[in-house]
Amino acid sequence: MNNHSSERLYLYPLWIRIWHMINAVLCLILIITGLSIQFSNPSVVVKFKTAISVHNIAGVLLAINYIAFFIGNLFTTNGHHYIMPVRGFFKRLIIQIRYYTIGIFKKENPPFPITPDQKFNPLQQFTYVATMYLLVPLIVLSGFGLLYPEMTLKSLLGASGLELTDFLHVTVGFFITLFMCIHIYFCTIGKTPASNFKSMINGFHESH
Amino acid sequence: MGQIAPTPFVIPDLIIQTIHFMTYEANVRPAWIVLVLLLLFILAYTVLNDSPLIQSISNPPKQNISRKGFSNFKNSAENEMCLKCHGQSKYSYTNKENGKIIVKRMYAEAIVNRDDFYASNHREFKCTDCHSEDYISFPHSGDLRMEAIATCVDCHGGDEKYAKFQFETIDTAFMASVHSQKHSEEFTCWMCHDPHTYKINARTTENLKETITYDNLICLNCHGDNNNYQLLSNKPNPNLLQKHDWLPNQSSHFTNVRCIECHTRNEDTLIVAHFITPKNQAVKKCESCHSKNSILYASLYKHQIKQNIEKVGIIKGLFFSETASIGPDRNNSLNLLSFLIMGLTVIAICIHVFLRIKNK
Repeated sequence: MNNHSSERLYLYPLWIRIWHMINAVLCLILIITGLSIQFSNPSVVVKFKTAISVHNIAGVLLAINYIAFFIGNLFTTNGHHYIMPVRGFFKRLIIQIRYYTIGIFKKENPPFPITPDQKFNPLQQFTYVATMYLLVPLIVLSGFGLLYPEMTLKSLLGASGLELTDFLHVTVGFFITLFMCIHIYFCTIGKTPASNFKSMINGFHESH
Repeated sequence: MGQIAPTPFVIPDLIIQTIHFMTYEANVRPAWIVLVLLLLFILAYTVLNDSPLIQSISNPPKQNISRKGFSNFKNSAENEMCLKCHGQSKYSYTNKENGKIIVKRMYAEAIVNRDDFYASNHREFKCTDCHSEDYISFPHSGDLRMEAIATCVDCHGGDEKYAKFQFETIDTAFMASVHSQKHSEEFTCWMCHDPHTYKINARTTENLKETITYDNLICLNCHGDNNNYQLLSNKPNPNLLQKHDWLPNQSSHFTNVRCIECHTRNEDTLIVAHFITPKNQAVKKCESCHSKNSILYASLYKHQIKQNIEKVGIIKGLFFSETASIGPDRNNSLNLLSFLIMGLTVIAICIHVFLRIKNK
């Protein structure tokens, strides 16, 4: 188990890589157009009308892509990686955080080496589950509510339902953007800074 | 594990075991979170949407001024002498010659609805404050038909008490408006603001929706009613829904903004813009409203911006005190927080990169 140095593990099957690539491109488009709409003054980066159309189309495509991911994880072994064992989870999370903040600079070995059975470390597992099973469904559902405002809850506790939906959509959008920044940075922590990016193209993971 | 845990820990332990069972032992996937979210959304969007409970929490019933009873109003006893005939569509009198009771129909334009009058701004007035004292006798003299009708400026113009409403500026704007330009004398203040029923709405924005509906109904009184429309025009009334086909989410726009938002030229000094523009000058760009410099801040939300948390309720006050459906980017404190979190993240990443290079 300790000798990973020259191993190349085939961790990312083709469907995951295609899904991931589409998801990444759509997320970038959605973030750029979303910021343009949010901070329109009257137009930022992308023209308002264009930004709306592109955002709507990309949003619907992301929702379809999400369904593919959801079904894929339901019926293939990939879903296994998203099941979080509860017992001792925080302990393992802290070990991983300690590694990223201290251990990595002391050239310690990763506390949870990547294996075909465990492709995510506890921190990855937690953030990926939170993002893919909480944030993304929330943003898709609230986006649906904004796309069809006639169907949206009219009012709740004195606030307009549309405003609450909008607030939820924008807030979740912010956290997904935050996730994406951290996610992309953490991908540079591989055998070489580029190796994890290569993995998502060829499917093979190169261990430290 | 064999020993039963002390009372305070029984429940948390049970929850942990259940979660543990659901996620690990039973091998149930996090798909459950998505399903729960989906169910919650369906619940919120369908069941709660029309629930009387939620509606009553969200919109507490407002006391209707007309329910107080009309007798409370100054001059109501005197006014009732007029309203007993003019208050509804039928009136009756006794024919002195044969003693028979005659029932006749009242002309539509001579009817003053009591509910509307006693909710209007002029509710404290006597009918004879504006109309001739001679109306007291019945049947009314034919000469009274020649009575001149007062416009808003006749009473409100030049009065210091009403200076903030700037009736003179309103008059100038109105004269330049498409209504006045096209119909000149025929089109008076009365067309939109019947002094018998007009109730000022613009500054009581606790219930914005009410203002929007009230103001839009003024326009729809003619533009949504072919009979009234053709009192001033020979053309058939254009179908508003078709004319606004280009507008995305039409019904949302129609219920959340007023016609005048797009169909007037705004003047900062006026509380409500009165310069109604020809249709080719109407606002048609989304970003005119949906942007940081939204024109709605100079019109619909002019008064709302000044409202504080207590007035609008906790959720709205905390998150939306400066916002509208045009986007929460108007909430500066949340914006600042988001920039702060993003900034700290970037700084943390930079420090991490620096340490990684240093310790290589």
